[in-house]
Amino acid sequence: MRKFAPLGLRTRLIAAFLLVAAICAVSTAALTYRQARSAVLTQSQDTAVSTLRDQLEAQALTLPMDRAQLQRVVNEIGKRGKPHPWTVYAEYGTLRASSNVTPTTSGIVTDALRAQVADHPHGAFQRVEDEHGEPYLTIAMPAVFTHHGVREPTGAVLYAVMPLLTEQQTVDAMVQAARQGAIPGLAIAVVPALLAARSVLRPVRDLRRAAQSMGRGRLDTRIEVRGADELSGLARTFNETAGALEESVAELREAEVRARRFAADVSHELRTPLAGMLAVTEVLDEDAERLDPDTAKALRLISAETGKLAVLVEDLMEISRFDARAAELNLDDVDVAEAVRKTLERRHWDDDRVGADLPHGLRARLDPRRFDVVLANLVGNALRHGGAPVRIAVRTESREDGERLLVEVADSGPGIAAEVLPHIFDRFFKADAARTRSAGSGLGLAISLENVRLHGGTLSAANADGGGAVFTLDMPLETTA
Amino acid sequence: MPRVLLIEDDPSIREGVGLGLRRRGHEVRAADTGEAGLALMAGFHPDLVLLDLMLPGINGVQVCRRIRETSEVPIIMLTARGDDFDIVVGLEAGADDYIVKPARTEIIEARIKAVLRRLSDPGGRPGVEQHGELTVDRAGLTVAKNGERVPLAPSEIKLLLHLTASPEQVFSRQQLLEYVWEHSYHADARLVDACVRRLRNKIEDPGGSPRYIQTVRGFGYRFGPLGPR
Repeated sequence: MRKFAPLGLRTRLIAAFLLVAAICAVSTAALTYRQARSAVLTQSQDTAVSTLRDQLEAQALTLPMDRAQLQRVVNEIGKRGKPHPWTVYAEYGTLRASSNVTPTTSGIVTDALRAQVADHPHGAFQRVEDEHGEPYLTIAMPAVFTHHGVREPTGAVLYAVMPLLTEQQTVDAMVQAARQGAIPGLAIAVVPALLAARSVLRPVRDLRRAAQSMGRGRLDTRIEVRGADELSGLARTFNETAGALEESVAELREAEVRARRFAADVSHELRTPLAGMLAVTEVLDEDAERLDPDTAKALRLISAETGKLAVLVEDLMEISRFDARAAELNLDDVDVAEAVRKTLERRHWDDDRVGADLPHGLRARLDPRRFDVVLANLVGNALRHGGAPVRIAVRTESREDGERLLVEVADSGPGIAAEVLPHIFDRFFKADAARTRSAGSGLGLAISLENVRLHGGTLSAANADGGGAVFTLDMPLETTA
Repeated sequence: MPRVLLIEDDPSIREGVGLGLRRRGHEVRAADTGEAGLALMAGFHPDLVLLDLMLPGINGVQVCRRIRETSEVPIIMLTARGDDFDIVVGLEAGADDYIVKPARTEIIEARIKAVLRRLSDPGGRPGVEQHGELTVDRAGLTVAKNGERVPLAPSEIKLLLHLTASPEQVFSRQQLLEYVWEHSYHADARLVDACVRRLRNKIEDPGGSPRYIQTVRGFGYRFGPLGPR
């Protein structure tokens, strides 16, 4: 099973769902956070600034101020911090006062604020953090007096430092709430993602399984069609295609079976008259001598061709049996060297045209008749199309699938042409188109191949390095039926 | 010359084979059904029966069995290759050999001669031999068990004589096909197996493993050793 590269459809669907949910949650939270934070902070700032201004204005100031007055004002205002307690510092010329009795103004009040307040008679504020990261609101408020409707600075500036810890906590709580809301939200988003993925993936998986099953040759595979969406349309199309495919394959098979049965029937029908004819060919041959030359020639022709026809029909029957899987193995234990020698002897190939390299005492379990057919075909073929001397080499080889029997038949001819090689085992294949008929039926190598396959072996043809064709028979040393 | 009874339903084969054999000097009577063939048996007393397996009416295997009920006449089946099951059944029914159709007359005659040929003495001592309870008369070609004559078909007695000529020697099926049936080395080993089964049914004690004709796994058959009883 191959996964969708690089991520599966399910993963991608879930990721997309989560991404959308996360973007929604984050943007909503961010907007809410910003709004709420500025609302909270603005409220605190406004309260603090106006409180400081009101407090300062409520103080009766006598100019120029001395240290005691400054300290009094600071102490007075320092007690009235709103909305949170604050620390108040005052700067007046070189005079410094604070509500917490430190002699200098807190370092948290920046020069920027000082510069800002110089231009703003209504006061200025700044949000800063101390070295621990805690947020503070610093407010600067100049003490003013109204002179002919114009606010004039007195030169005294009050600074209030108010911790914004509560606001910080409120905002933190909001962030926390947003986060706590988003995570379950994202988790819940997985559920529709899974459902959507499932509704897509199940038909896809069904389709894949069905396609695999069809690939294994089960053409009756169909998919259950659910619903009326695009995927069910695909499933319906698949089913229709599979049905059409099944039908045409069945038709093809039937046609093939009919063709094979026809070949088998024809050869069967030919065999009976041939049996009668073959039985009397001798009578023709014997009496031909006493007839006039033309009649004698005609009779001998009939006799000879009857013999060839009988071989052809017998070969056709044999091939038909392989096609119908009706060929049977009649296994026996034989001495391989003896079997090879007997095959050569019987065809009178035991002269120096054929040499054999045979191991002594090698026993194999095979069908002796079929082995004889294969070997006789290979050697006959080598003598006819290749050339003498023909070499037969028998050896064994141990492989993971057991002990194998290897028989090589090599001739001394010109070898097999490259374009012929792939068709050498085809039925009625003629290497030379000009040659109308060879001595054999044209089925010899095809029958040999089928015989070897029946033994669970292979038969291959190649050209040797030094020229000449080599046929290699490779089959189990111990064939099991 | 031998008298041959040919039982074959197809006229062209019947006439062709009959013509070929008659020209070679055989006396041939032909029957086109099993029933007609069985009817001829009594009057004709053939030396050999050529029997087609595929017959209308009672088939060749049944004819073979009916003949074997009363006679040990040699029977050669005429079959088509591929009728594998029929061959085995025919051999079990008691046929001595078979010929695959179509066949030249010379082949048919060679098979007839081989079946009819008395076993040329394969080196065994002439006269009567005793093997356990078996009495084998090489000259008279008879076998008796516990003094009682065992009727054996020609292939059976030839096989037994061949095996007893060299007790305890192992013969491969292919060798037996050559020596006993005069077939080529690569002929059908089922002939041997079927014949051994028939022979065992007749001479071995029922039940228990075979004592006279023993199977040597991976090689073939041998006679004995009988061992103590």
